[in-house]
Amino acid sequence: MIRAERVTMKFGRVAAVNGVSFEVAPGESVALWGSNGAGKTTLVRCLLGILRARGRIEVGGCDARRRGKALRSLVGYVPQELAFHDDTRLGSAMSFFAGIRRVPVSRARELLDQVELDGHERKRVRDLSGGMKQRLALAVALLADPPLIVLDEPTSNLDAAGRAAVMKSLVALKQRGKTILFASHRPDEVASLADRVLVLKRGRLIEDTRPSLLWPSEAGVLTLRLFVDAERESDAAGVLRGAGHLVNLNGHGLCVAVPGDRKAEPIEVLHRSDIRVRDFQVLADYQPDWSRS
Amino acid sequence: MSSGAVQTAVPLPRPCSAARNVISFARREVRDAVSSRWFVLCTGAFAVLAVGVSFMSLAGSGSSGFAGFGRTTAGLLNMIMLIVPLMALAAGAGSIAGERERGTLLYLLAQPVSRLELLLGKYLGLGIALTGSLCIGFGLSAGVLAAKAGGADAAAMLMLVAFTCLLAWVMLSVGMVVSVVSRKVAVATGVGLFVWLALVFVSDLGLMAGAIVFKLRVQELFIVAMLNPLQAFKMGVIVQMNASLDVLGPAGMYASQTYGRTLPWMLVGVLLAWGVLSLAAAGVLFQRKKSI
Repeated sequence: MIRAERVTMKFGRVAAVNGVSFEVAPGESVALWGSNGAGKTTLVRCLLGILRARGRIEVGGCDARRRGKALRSLVGYVPQELAFHDDTRLGSAMSFFAGIRRVPVSRARELLDQVELDGHERKRVRDLSGGMKQRLALAVALLADPPLIVLDEPTSNLDAAGRAAVMKSLVALKQRGKTILFASHRPDEVASLADRVLVLKRGRLIEDTRPSLLWPSEAGVLTLRLFVDAERESDAAGVLRGAGHLVNLNGHGLCVAVPGDRKAEPIEVLHRSDIRVRDFQVLADYQPDWSRS
Repeated sequence: MSSGAVQTAVPLPRPCSAARNVISFARREVRDAVSSRWFVLCTGAFAVLAVGVSFMSLAGSGSSGFAGFGRTTAGLLNMIMLIVPLMALAAGAGSIAGERERGTLLYLLAQPVSRLELLLGKYLGLGIALTGSLCIGFGLSAGVLAAKAGGADAAAMLMLVAFTCLLAWVMLSVGMVVSVVSRKVAVATGVGLFVWLALVFVSDLGLMAGAIVFKLRVQELFIVAMLNPLQAFKMGVIVQMNASLDVLGPAGMYASQTYGRTLPWMLVGVLLAWGVLSLAAAGVLFQRKKSI
């Protein structure tokens, strides 16, 4: 479905994406993983043919450089945050995109109903919650029933309920055989949705692996919040990173991504380095921005 | 959210034709413009000024019919040369830059549309909205003329409306160029204002200074004046009113004696060239722009 060969995108002298090559088979679900600035969003934009990258990109046999418009008709795109005119009413936004996507308005109504936004057609976009906006973006992306869905951190601005709703839809899409490419910084989402993970670092593809190898646990990924002495927090973060853990240091303790069946491991690692853990919490439904790890 | 959201089969997607996409964007632009404060403000300001100028011109002359309309046109002409380019440049400058600043440009370009279709659609929509705005102002002005002077020369009035609309579309093209290269609306509006100032005031003063300093011959002066779309507009309106270009001095006299009946077509050609070349430049720059 997707073939990318030596894709390079430079802004001035900085290569946001540098020689990235990969393939995605039809029906596969692939995650783009990496810290902020790793090149995930730029790569997504190159794949959509919005940015003209060097190298070769093909989606469904359409070359991004020569047949960008045909390529985008095969793709439903969900951005990190829906960008519509604030004054636009939800119904007229759907009608507009239905026109662009060449589908009847009845299909737009049907999708609004299915994403549970029916009855909100008269609402202006500025009056929608983050979750509603993302559901609207998903409805727009699905208007023409495209074979490929591309999502750029679709749940990053949502609360737990909103995230669960979007993930449920994405899992349903995957079960239906859609090809999915998504950028995410949440291990739980990647573990539950992705067949493969492409790990990006400073614009380069450094690893093409499976979620089970990146986070070897079938019990799911939890967040462990550790409380250590303030002056030792940086040391603790370094030790945990050295042991291969994802760590987020946000001023409210030290958050570590842990497999559900090995929750005590980070505490043991710190103990071996003579760093005392004063207290800890297991946060089942909290995922910090791991991309800042 | 229902998982049924993904269970309805529809035919394999195909991209729309270019014309259909352009029309979709134009319709959306007209709808957005009509419901915006910008449109209401500009339409109101133009209508008030047009009616005010018409009313005062007639009240001052005490004349009626075409003589009254000629005086009114002279008043309207100066007002149009100030207001219409400003309206069109501001509208054009805010178009693409506004989408870029709001983050909506990226989302629109992620749809099966080309950059050129988006640009042309926005241009067409804004042009239609501007034309509507101007027609409202002229309609009210014509109403005042009809009521106070007992009727105006309809052909001359229509010609003035047509030339003004042409000027608006031309300046909109120039505004689109500014918008395509600007990252923020404030920057685009600032550059648009600078272009407006340059065309309205600086070029007039520059022409006078240039004529003295470089001792320009009359034909050179005419050609330089023609390069400014506002001067081409002014000469076009005056010629179309069957008035003599002598009012514009030696360059006007030279133009009417040398080009005669072809002069109106030359002036329309200059305006069209400005519009087409500016829009083409906007298209090329937008296509080549690397960042969104």
